[in-house]
Amino acid sequence: MTVGTAKEQVTSQGELARLDVERVRQDFPILQRQVHGQPLVYLDNAATTQKPRAVIDALSRFYEGSNSNVHRGVHALSQEATDLFESARQKIGRFLNTRKAEEVILVRGTTEGLNLVAQSYARPRLKAGDQILISGMEHHSNIVPWQMVCQQTGAELKVAPINERGELIMEEFVKLLSAKTKVVSVVHVSNALGTVNPVRQIVELAHRVGAIAVLDGAQAVAHAPVDVRALDCDFYAFSGHKLYGPTGIGALYGRAELLEAMPPWQGGGDMIKSVTFAQTIYNDLPYKFEAGTPDVAGAVGLGAAIDYLQAVGIEQVAAHEADLLAYGTQLLSDMEGVRLIGTAAHKAGVLGFVVEGAHAHDVGTILDSLGIAVRTGHHCAQPVMDFFNLPATARASLAMYNRREELDALAEGLREVVKVFA
Amino acid sequence: MNDYDLSELYQELILDHSKHPRNLGALADASHQAEGFNALCGDRVTVFLKLASGRVEGASFAGKGCAICTASASMMTEEVKGQTLAEVEKLFTRFHDLLTSPAEPVEDLDTLGRLASLAGVRRFPMRVKCATLPWHTLKAALDKKTGAVSTE
Repeated sequence: MTVGTAKEQVTSQGELARLDVERVRQDFPILQRQVHGQPLVYLDNAATTQKPRAVIDALSRFYEGSNSNVHRGVHALSQEATDLFESARQKIGRFLNTRKAEEVILVRGTTEGLNLVAQSYARPRLKAGDQILISGMEHHSNIVPWQMVCQQTGAELKVAPINERGELIMEEFVKLLSAKTKVVSVVHVSNALGTVNPVRQIVELAHRVGAIAVLDGAQAVAHAPVDVRALDCDFYAFSGHKLYGPTGIGALYGRAELLEAMPPWQGGGDMIKSVTFAQTIYNDLPYKFEAGTPDVAGAVGLGAAIDYLQAVGIEQVAAHEADLLAYGTQLLSDMEGVRLIGTAAHKAGVLGFVVEGAHAHDVGTILDSLGIAVRTGHHCAQPVMDFFNLPATARASLAMYNRREELDALAEGLREVVKVFA
Repeated sequence: MNDYDLSELYQELILDHSKHPRNLGALADASHQAEGFNALCGDRVTVFLKLASGRVEGASFAGKGCAICTASASMMTEEVKGQTLAEVEKLFTRFHDLLTSPAEPVEDLDTLGRLASLAGVRRFPMRVKCATLPWHTLKAALDKKTGAVSTE
């Protein structure tokens, strides 16, 4: 198996070697293509990352050589597919440092993971008078599932506010915590603002009032090491496709004792031990939460993505992206007519901005004509846009294969935007 | 070379209307109004109409949208003023087809006035809804639909 050609060694002094971005770029076939006659500058990584050859090959290899259903047959292929699927689960478990692989539930992505917690953990337990606490910078996927639970149970949703830099106001967060708080669910890294939340502290505060702590890790896992045991969180959800893996696969970490006490979420095949018309006995973890044939190839691809990321070195990726973020922040801050949205002291991977006199949608179209892909709109975080009193922002988001020259191209494109709309 | 001709989208007239929108602001004596919402970009536009004896006597819009949306709303309010409801209906269909018909439209652009400047938007499928949102909103106002409309 070929995994990553871009592995860097730790130097003899023990310092991290720099990530060799040109070598990394060669691992991503799509980066060779052109868009509207221009080289692709892909800065929409918070929406989804591109896939390295190792992931694309893992998918093809699975379908060409091992495709079969899992946990079902006694034949060789079924065994092989099951082994590959379960080894992907183990990789995810090691990646997040779970206590055991059974604490990893394979889902479609962060959204499904959060919905699972909302419907299977919160819904049966919560009642009128209970509260769920989220932050003012959540993605819709960490708002709507809780609103649904509130409607279903009579519990109340509380929202801790953010400041004008896009940081959670911790004093306000603490004030909203009480014995009524049963669930605290917060984003690890904000998709619209790039803010890194103090999640270790948030988890501790939640536990102090007897609430469980749920973390939305969609924008975090590809940009810095995540250790769910060190964080001490109860649930942690992420998506494979933002981690250089395939779409349609993600994982939910859950503390085993909580998962064991929870009822299944969906019923069907694979989640049962035995079924009669009189009684069904549910399967053990993690299968209790994985009804139906899972995305086997997707899981294998996600495993390959984790292998790739670890071969490159997640610390190197984090350092490389921090350098790009600092460079890009300086570039955009220096530009007349451009204003950064999201200026938290602790940020990762995201440059949100607006251009004076130009709507984000027009910014996006002009940049696109130059081959530059950025996200424009409300980023599925309308409350964040409302807070800043903006209909939309543009967002450049970073990955391991981005380079400074691409941020220069972005700045050049923005000068074009300013020219058209000045 | 760039195969993507932006000048087709951001024409002088469109930029002029987006930077200096006509008929911007609520219409005090509006008889009809509706709010439109583009879920893709978060743009909101409210269209105000004053109808009297089957004719549009006044039209205005409020809200902040992208250049295409703002220019389209601005031009639309100018075009429909003085028209009968039947004429507005016909213009809506012509404009809508101009931007969304699968086949290249056979529209006589000369008779579409300033609206013809928006014809290039059809080459930018992601932006078509920006141009049609004000028109859908206008239609909702005429139909006296309640609640926000969307371009979906």
